Amino acid sequence: MADPRLEVIDRRLSTIDHIIAVCSGKGGVGKSVVASTLSLLLARRGLEVGLLDLDFTCPATHLILGVGDATPEEERGIVPPSFHGVEYMSLIYYTGERPTPLRGEDVTNAIIEILSVTRWGRLSHLVVDMPPGLGDATLDLMRLIPRMEFLIVTTPSRIAFQTVRRLIELLREADRVILGVLENMVLEPSGRIRGEVEAMGLKYLGSIPFDPKLEEALGDAEALLQTDFAASLNAAVSSLLPD
Amino acid sequence: MHEWALAEGVVAAVSRIAEEQGLKRVTEVTVRIGELQQVDREILIFAIDQLRPPIMRDAKIIVEEAPAKLRCRVCGHSWRFDPKGLEEEVSEAIHFVPEVAHAYLRCPSCGSPDFEVVEGRGIWLASVKGLRGDG
Repeated sequence: MADPRLEVIDRRLSTIDHIIAVCSGKGGVGKSVVASTLSLLLARRGLEVGLLDLDFTCPATHLILGVGDATPEEERGIVPPSFHGVEYMSLIYYTGERPTPLRGEDVTNAIIEILSVTRWGRLSHLVVDMPPGLGDATLDLMRLIPRMEFLIVTTPSRIAFQTVRRLIELLREADRVILGVLENMVLEPSGRIRGEVEAMGLKYLGSIPFDPKLEEALGDAEALLQTDFAASLNAAVSSLLPD
Repeated sequence: MHEWALAEGVVAAVSRIAEEQGLKRVTEVTVRIGELQQVDREILIFAIDQLRPPIMRDAKIIVEEAPAKLRCRVCGHSWRFDPKGLEEEVSEAIHFVPEVAHAYLRCPSCGSPDFEVVEGRGIWLASVKGLRGDG
């Protein structure tokens, strides 16, 4: 007759001004590092921020942020703990590092469960790390959170950008808000991706050079914020954010 | 799902349905919960009692539990979920997000984590009964 979980999702998210999905057409373009670092940069600006890892089968944001042993508090739902000023929610609290293979229907159910049970605080931004592609998670979030805004990550690769094109087309068909396209892992600057993005009438957020020192900063939020990667990301997304 | 979150969802759904159906008073609500969820019936009913709006004031709350049946997608073996043998931490993880069962449970026949929950996963508002008008 009715799924009671769906009735409370809007209410759970009503304390959040902006919900930003960091997404891409394919994996390996740096979505999780972008999502994690973006949430830290927002928190550093004094904003109330949350980070939700929806890449259930391959979660990575907890490794990037160096999330410790804290677990969510149980208070009429689940209250996510804060790390470095970021309210953080992930299935990792319940699975640890065990492989958690999920098929489509399971992904959908887990997303609905997390959204309906998590009690976020008053947030200006909730950053969502999405699994790659046009699968269940993307379709579910488009259905469940129509006001979600999409920040699309690509690399200079033609293959990566071609998958992004498909994602953009899908989002446009559904009239979803696309904040812009971020070009990550740039080795040799060229205007090709910028040209393609602008030709589609979208905002090219900027280019992030490949940072060979990024790897050693992973797991340490303070070190991450000191990287050239974080500086480039900060510059790229500053047009989207309040001063 | 947490009992309080579930109760909030039930109350919101009943209120919406009552309004759509033009009910002045809700007399009976039946909630069907899958065993995999391991919802504490007493806490759920207590939470609904705490949250119930005036339209549900006298409504009888019926909670039905559906046994959780699992079936392996690899070898076809079917079995019943039994929370008794689980460690408390695992049981609690499955309680909050039942899909994490795939991190802990394996097919007892072939060891695969690729199983489906044939019955006993969901939480459903099975029926809402009430009276229209002044009745």
